[in-house]
Amino acid sequence: MIRHTIGMAFIWLGIAFDFLGVLGLIRLPDVYNRLQAATKCVTFGSAGLLFGVFILKGFTSFGFKVLLAVAFIFLTSPIAAHAIARAAHRSRIPLCPESVVDLYEADHELNKEGGDAAA
Amino acid sequence: MRVARWLAGAAVLGALAYLNFFVFRAPLLVKLINVSLFSALFVLYRVIRGPSAADRIIAVDILGVLSIGILALLGLHHDQGFFMDIALIWALLSFVASLAFAKILEGRRLDD
Repeated sequence: MIRHTIGMAFIWLGIAFDFLGVLGLIRLPDVYNRLQAATKCVTFGSAGLLFGVFILKGFTSFGFKVLLAVAFIFLTSPIAAHAIARAAHRSRIPLCPESVVDLYEADHELNKEGGDAAA
Repeated sequence: MRVARWLAGAAVLGALAYLNFFVFRAPLLVKLINVSLFSALFVLYRVIRGPSAADRIIAVDILGVLSIGILALLGLHHDQGFFMDIALIWALLSFVASLAFAKILEGRRLDD
C-alpha cells in the first residue's frame, strides 16, 4: 500500500514536470531557452515517471526494463541536447533580442583571432 | 492583447483539465495518459510552427521522450511488459536521430 502511494506520487510528479516542460517549449522566445526548459523538465519528468512505474512493478522483468530505460534516458538525453545546442549556435540561429551575453560566441571569436588554432 | 492571450490560454487549459479529470469517467491511469497526450499535441504545435529547423529538431526529440512515458503508463495499465521493449527501441532510435539531425544542421558530414 505504501509502495503504491510512493509510486503514484512519482508518476504524478513526472506528469507535472512533463506538462510544464512542454509549456516552456511553447512559451519561451528562443531556441536556447526552449531547449533549456524542455530538456531539463522532460528528462526529469519522464525519468521520474519511469521510476514511479519501477516502484510500482518491483523487481520483475517489467521493472528491470523500466530501470534500463531510466538509465538510458539519463545517459543520452543531455548528449543529444548538447549536440543540438552546439549545432544551432554554429548554424547562426540568432538569440532573442532580450539576451544579455553570449560567452560562446566571444570564445569563438577569441579562438579565431588566435590564428593557428585549427579547431 | 497580452492579457487576452493569457486568459485564452488559461481558459483552454482549464477546460481541458476540467473535462479530463471531472467529466471523463475512466481509471486514473487513463486520465494521466490523456495529460501526456495533450502535452504531445502541444509539442506538435511547435513542430509545425517552429521558426527555425532547430526548434523542430528539439520538438521531435522531446516527443520521443514523451512517448516513452506514455508507453510505460500504457504497459502499467494493461499490465503487459512488451510495451517497455517498444519504449527502449524508441529511445535508442530517437537518440541516434537527434545526433544525426544535429550534425546535418551544423553542416558536417555524417561520418565525420
